Amino acid sequence: MTPLLQVTGIEKRYGARIGCADVNFDLYPGEVMGIVGESGSGKSTLLNCLAGHLKPDAGQVIFDTRADGPVDTVTMSEPARRMLGRTDWAFVHQHARDGLRMNVSAGGNIGERLMAVGARHYGDIRNRAVDWLDRVEIAEGRVDDRPSAFSGGMQQRLQIARNLVTEPRLVFMDEPTGGLDVSVQARLLDLLRGLVRQMGLSALIVTHDLAVVRLLADRLMVMKDGHVVESGLTDQVLDDPQHAYTQLLVSSVLQV
Amino acid sequence: MSISAEKKMPMIELSGVAKSFVLHNQGSAVIPVMAGAELRVEAGECVALTGASGAGKSTLMRMIYGNYRANAGQIVVGGVDVASAEPREIIQLRREVLGYVSQFLRVVPRVPTLDVVAEPLLSLGVEEEKARARAAELLARLNIPERLWSLSPTTFSGGEQQRVNIARGFAHDYPALLLDEPTASLDPVNRAVVLELIEAAKARGAAIVGIFHDAEARARVCDREEDVSAFTPQAAA
Repeated sequence: MTPLLQVTGIEKRYGARIGCADVNFDLYPGEVMGIVGESGSGKSTLLNCLAGHLKPDAGQVIFDTRADGPVDTVTMSEPARRMLGRTDWAFVHQHARDGLRMNVSAGGNIGERLMAVGARHYGDIRNRAVDWLDRVEIAEGRVDDRPSAFSGGMQQRLQIARNLVTEPRLVFMDEPTGGLDVSVQARLLDLLRGLVRQMGLSALIVTHDLAVVRLLADRLMVMKDGHVVESGLTDQVLDDPQHAYTQLLVSSVLQV
Repeated sequence: MSISAEKKMPMIELSGVAKSFVLHNQGSAVIPVMAGAELRVEAGECVALTGASGAGKSTLMRMIYGNYRANAGQIVVGGVDVASAEPREIIQLRREVLGYVSQFLRVVPRVPTLDVVAEPLLSLGVEEEKARARAAELLARLNIPERLWSLSPTTFSGGEQQRVNIARGFAHDYPALLLDEPTASLDPVNRAVVLELIEAAKARGAAIVGIFHDAEARARVCDREEDVSAFTPQAAA
């Protein structure tokens, strides 16, 4: 099986300071990988390098595209990368307002992404938007409301619908449950798990919440000071951590 | 390979397995917990791990599941060496071949019990209707009242959670099963149901490794015992 994503030697520096360095991994179709670490560990920098939002100073990010097979997304042209961002890739931001158009209706937010890949028939676009609202548990009656009238949890679900409507194969998520009430988080986790399974999605999830990765991610990568210090099966890394930092991280979690 | 040769290959085979914990944040203390562990379990066989508390029964079981990392040796389950396999190979093994009924239920909050039990089947691509029907059958058999099926098991009693866990572990016919105290905290009626499930799994050819403090249950379903104290590293070593 060809990996969906092959990452080799990714490095990003901010002047003399290391954002992230020497990051290597393969992600296979259907795999969900969590990236954990404290603030400033480089996990968001890494995610942004992989998703094409930041240009890494070194390394390759080879993505197995639907059309042309494996392509290095670091060196591909900006328009090609943007097209990838609208088709095969999706990016779920921590703050839904960064991933939504707040002055466009919920249906319009979903439809816009469809139109970006060529959908033109208004009826079809609206039907698919309503279908996706339903999948993320937003009532059809809210289709013409603007996201600014939605709760935080609903905004996050709408952002997910907007991202998944074009049936991407790889989803980048930056703290997808951050800033939400725990009860809203649980519902979102359940929703994400179901969608990942039904659509066979691969995902990279950056979070500092170990409980979230335990429930969502098959694999886990632990970052500290820009470097990956440990990686493996999620439950193995959390239950039998090998690196000093991971041991500290795991033992620092408050028990409920 | 001929079919007869294939049959003779044990479903679970451990050789030379060793494990120690290194506590980096406590003066890098090294705690050896296991050395030279050997185990062979054939299809249709149930082996009980025995030994005093702290002897390493759960540790050994967790290593077979890939939850703990082995420092040395081989742990071959269904042809995959868990000790050296890539995460995705272990994930596939757990989905298709190797089931584990732990003592603790870990689920996404707010997911209905019926879905929790059906999940192993859904992840194998079984149709939702079929998966739910199988889940319902197991829950009914384990005497979880139907009015609870639509609720999350997180609020259930210990015994109910244990039974949900068992239903989940038996939803798919895994060729290899790990059972950590499957009859603990169960009443006699449900205990009998669980023992029947184990016997049925053996009859269809599952290789089972279990920890049973319940001596009577152990005598009934286990073909032999393996005392893990034999794998405890010597204090002097």
